[in-house]
Amino acid sequence: MAMTLKLNGTTRDVDAEPGTPLLWVIRDELKLTGTKFGCGVASCGACTVHLDGEPVRSCQTYVEDVEGAEITTIEGLNSDISAAVQQAWTELDVVQCGYCQSGQIMSAVGLLSETAKPTLEEIDLYMDGNACRCATYQRIRAAIQRASQIMEA
Amino acid sequence: MTLNTSRRGFLKSAAATAAVLYVGARPDGAIAAANAEGAMLNPFVKISSDGTVTAIVKHFEKGQGPATGLTTLIAEELGIPIEDVAYEFAPSDAGAYNNLFLGPFQGTGGSTAMANSFMQYRRAGAAARDMLLQAAANAWGVDASTLSLDDGVIKGPGYEAPLADFVAAAAQIAPPAEPRLKDPSEFKLIGNEAVRRKDTPPKINGTATYAMDLHLDNQMIAVIARSPRMGGLVAGFDESDAKGIKDFIRAAELPNKAGVVVFAENTWAALQARAALAVDWDFSAAETRSSGEIRDQLLAAVNADPEYNVTDTDQAAIGAAIDKAATVLDETFYFPLLAHAPMEPLTCTIEATADGGVILHDGCQFPTGPHMALSQILQLPMEKVQINTLFAGGSFGRRATPTADYQVEAALAFAVTDRTRPVKLVWTREDDITGGYYRPAFAHRVRVGLDGSGNIIAWDHRIAGQSVMKGTAFEDFSVHHGIDHSSVEGTSDTLYTIPGHFVGLTDVAKATSVLWWRSVGHTHTAYVMESMIDMAAKAAGHDPVEFRLDLLAGGDTDQARIAGVLQLAAEKGGWGKAADGRTQGIAVHKSFGSYVAELVEVSGNAQDGVQIEKVTCAVDCGIAVNPDVIKAQMEGGIGYGLGHAMRNEITLTEGAVDQSNFPDYEPLRIGDIGAIEVHIVPSTEPPTGVGEPGTPPSAPALANAIAATGHRVTSLPMVNNGVSFS
Ligand code: FES
Ligand code: FES
Repeated sequence: MAMTLKLNGTTRDVDAEPGTPLLWVIRDELKLTGTKFGCGVASCGACTVHLDGEPVRSCQTYVEDVEGAEITTIEGLNSDISAAVQQAWTELDVVQCGYCQSGQIMSAVGLLSETAKPTLEEIDLYMDGNACRCATYQRIRAAIQRASQIMEA
Repeated sequence: MTLNTSRRGFLKSAAATAAVLYVGARPDGAIAAANAEGAMLNPFVKISSDGTVTAIVKHFEKGQGPATGLTTLIAEELGIPIEDVAYEFAPSDAGAYNNLFLGPFQGTGGSTAMANSFMQYRRAGAAARDMLLQAAANAWGVDASTLSLDDGVIKGPGYEAPLADFVAAAAQIAPPAEPRLKDPSEFKLIGNEAVRRKDTPPKINGTATYAMDLHLDNQMIAVIARSPRMGGLVAGFDESDAKGIKDFIRAAELPNKAGVVVFAENTWAALQARAALAVDWDFSAAETRSSGEIRDQLLAAVNADPEYNVTDTDQAAIGAAIDKAATVLDETFYFPLLAHAPMEPLTCTIEATADGGVILHDGCQFPTGPHMALSQILQLPMEKVQINTLFAGGSFGRRATPTADYQVEAALAFAVTDRTRPVKLVWTREDDITGGYYRPAFAHRVRVGLDGSGNIIAWDHRIAGQSVMKGTAFEDFSVHHGIDHSSVEGTSDTLYTIPGHFVGLTDVAKATSVLWWRSVGHTHTAYVMESMIDMAAKAAGHDPVEFRLDLLAGGDTDQARIAGVLQLAAEKGGWGKAADGRTQGIAVHKSFGSYVAELVEVSGNAQDGVQIEKVTCAVDCGIAVNPDVIKAQMEGGIGYGLGHAMRNEITLTEGAVDQSNFPDYEPLRIGDIGAIEVHIVPSTEPPTGVGEPGTPPSAPALANAIAATGHRVTSLPMVNNGVSFS
């Protein structure tokens, strides 16, 4: 089925069956592979993208439901907040294997868009659905707080 | 950064026309060099005529840091900023890139990447520097000893030029037999906490290419329907219901009958088609036991006389001494099967090359194994098989199987095609959790006798489990006189001075395919040793830290180093000074050459909910090449150990795995650990492992902290043994 998606500030024509998770449209059809497949059941957050600025799990979001919405993937991040997050991630060398980190960053940007100065409890609550098997959690917390400082400056 | 991830880039780099100075080593370890026209040398460093330096990293990057670490060694000795050094992952070549600790085998494991590369990569960098300096000295008519190379610039009295000016000339000079290595006092990068990871930039903007991300023109996706019971074989299948699925191509039985491969144009179609497939399984050779039976068998084994006497000590006399002791501790432990569950599910791609060979694109942990396996299955000479190593989304041991399991699957799938289209094998999380290759289940029973003053007088320790190494290509490496060292490591070689120490081992029959899992035997042995020592300290009425230090007072270096980390963790973590409502536990263990102590502080209690407030870690891993990477590995190793101890197990019902994905194999989450602090002991000893050693002490330190609230856990996971977490 032909559809038009608004993705990373452009429009993209795709051909996908209804019921196809947005994740596979992004990865296989649009070949944007920064958005990762980790579980397919909305329990790891590796596939997190923004839908009209809100983080969602693209593995449990169906392509026919997102026509018309603004979809942003890690490749399309382009804001003061995302720049602050990526700078903080670099300063603190958060990544290990890195496979979860697109999703972590998408969620972190979502959090800081809602709450510019989150407490540790707010960070833990918001980021709870983003698993990191390498357990980089200490640094994720610290980097979100650091990004918050960068945004303030 | 010029990491080659595209197919074109890979082929171009294989042809390697741009670089003019290569420095590597011959199989006997001698430094070797070549120039652009020159020999087919697979180097550790190559320098192009424009001065671009590229480190060739022989270990794969799963997050543990070799892309940064080995590049640091080259940049340090060469005298250039690390930012100016690119890196590439090495091709498969066991002659040039073998792991020096594993013999003629290229691979990453056992926390050896830095330890085995430390001198090798420094020597290569130093030799390249000496050659560049000699070339400059020749051009300027001065003695090379008056020249230096710093920040990429060669300087001497009255002379100064970028190293690029001398690359071509240096490539014509014979390499020095013994290049001058920097004295540690001259190090600028080694030990420098400010050095940043080389792989951060592509991993935070979505451009890093993992094997799962590879998309070759005209590729087919392959997923495999595997037996629900381990060891079942395909008896037949029906693909009628898959035929209506758009982009489904076809299904075929794998030549070894282990599964039915489903080919499709894209991943989603492949997954749907697999779900629509009806497969008949022949379970006659399949596992039919349930975990309860496996557990009973292990527990029976540790209550009987063991098969092997590991310590070669007098079991009867030691048993008799315990029977007469003033105080006897007698504890039985059980450790379940565990899955590795790296974040990136297993995947690899095989494509044909124009010359009739193949390229395996893979986050490849042990290139030599899959290289040989592909050569055999696809009936190709070794030189017709290439491996393009991509980033790996974690491993924890899973990407290295002695059977090259998933690469073999991909090869079998490729073999049932006409080999014209690249085949990308994709595993899902369900495939990963149910797909075999687990940390084996183990049981231990320990009896410890203490005299009236609380001294340990005898220790009888029996271990039963399935050997990881027996029957594999690694058997000779780990199994001696029938005893798989990886089943007992951390017990018979404990650094504690224990008089009357007996360790016995019983191998039990195969239940599932088992595999090393981050820190291998230490995952269970450290838990048992450090729990028992804690119980002994309590029985003796001694402080657990003091009690341990007394058992480590023999005066040798090993004991001094492990005592050192114990004291440092105790000091930094405020041992004995827990805040109100909190308890502490400590554990210390040596593994992979490194000494690690961890102090865990918790609030709450087992019944109402435990919260891990803080973990303080001290590590002595010799020279700390990249201190921040070491800290990250400790943080990660602690999280991995604690998360599984808290709530993970793989169980079987009649040979089928009960868990299937993260909802029932729940990963550690961000709120589970309040804080982790890591302290590194300064050292001039050679570097040792960091990927695994953070894991072993974490779970027993937590157990000891929970025990201080009145509940001792001797079977894992904790949530199924009386502990709730808040
Ligand atoms: S892949 Fe979507 S949450 Fe895990
Ligand atoms: S960095 Fe490896 S899973 Fe998060």
